[in-house]
Amino acid sequence: MSPLLGGNLSELWVYLGASPLLGLTLTLLAYQGAVLVSKRCDGHPLANPVLLAVTALVTILWATGTPYRTYFDGAQFVHFLLGPATVALAIPLHAQLGRLRRLAIPLLMALLAGSLTAACSAVLIGHLLGASDVTLISLAPKSVTTPIAMGIAERIGGLPSLTAVLVILTGILGAVGARSLYALLGIEDHAVRGFAIGIASHGIGTARAFQVSEQAGAFAALAMGLNGLLTAALLPWLIPPLMRWLR
Amino acid sequence: MLNAVTLLLLFQLAGEAIALFFKLPVPGPVIGMALLFAALARRGGPSPELRETAQNLLQHFSLLFVPAGVGVTLHFQRMADEWLPILVALVASTFITIAVSALVLRALTRHEPAHADTERQR
Repeated sequence: MSPLLGGNLSELWVYLGASPLLGLTLTLLAYQGAVLVSKRCDGHPLANPVLLAVTALVTILWATGTPYRTYFDGAQFVHFLLGPATVALAIPLHAQLGRLRRLAIPLLMALLAGSLTAACSAVLIGHLLGASDVTLISLAPKSVTTPIAMGIAERIGGLPSLTAVLVILTGILGAVGARSLYALLGIEDHAVRGFAIGIASHGIGTARAFQVSEQAGAFAALAMGLNGLLTAALLPWLIPPLMRWLR
Repeated sequence: MLNAVTLLLLFQLAGEAIALFFKLPVPGPVIGMALLFAALARRGGPSPELRETAQNLLQHFSLLFVPAGVGVTLHFQRMADEWLPILVALVASTFITIAVSALVLRALTRHEPAHADTERQR
């Protein structure tokens, strides 16, 4: 069953693995280790804590022959907190209320353009290169923060766990590449820079924006929250006709 | 802390109930977030307790993505089969989205003193 563990150790693992404690503890340990490594690397975008922790856990599951279901029996306690944490996003969002009112129209127009571009460009490019329907649908909410993206994927017929992985990759891509792109386009205003990366690369992009400046970070957080709401409202109406049109 | 957690769960529950009852395609927690946002806008802000609990919960926001991310083990085959469209779609779409959002926002704010509080950093 396990590629690496021998007789006695394997029995111990089977015994412990039957209780949710192991999956939960491993998740917390892997994450804390990943945060340490990320700090050592001065928060380099490639040393992303989620990416590191997931890689470590996937390796452990593979090496011990543990099925994902067994692991998730424990990890679901962490996963459950995504719901209340999503609700809690209302609080930092409310802190931006003043800015939101002042710049309402330009921000909402940019948000609408960015939100539609994010979903449509991913689906169209994936389709042109021959991705399957389920993959395309799972790609559509990739620019939205994970809990919202997973909820959207579930509603529109994608695979929430595949969407989660695509979301995390999107975040890392934006965080790594945004600076060069802004230089190329001559975008200098930190409010604009932050807002755009928040739309495209959600929380991971927002974390990156805060490293650049407080103002970029605040606008990124605002964009992330608003794009979560808008995409959740738009995609269930947009994706079914788009998929029918592509077929 | 307990009050604040209860409040968050109540808003989530209300969101889930509304989504289910009206058969809305929007996830329940997102409706919960919108409801809480509206409530905060009405009340003028969160209590210190709610603010602190939200801060604690969101401080380790990325931890909460880990169990779902490990779900990639279920999709190795798909990723191996479709790596090219997935990779190109992600890279191109991410950069196109950043460019479109930034250019639209710059075009719309260029001629107004819209961000008076902006300290130009370069």
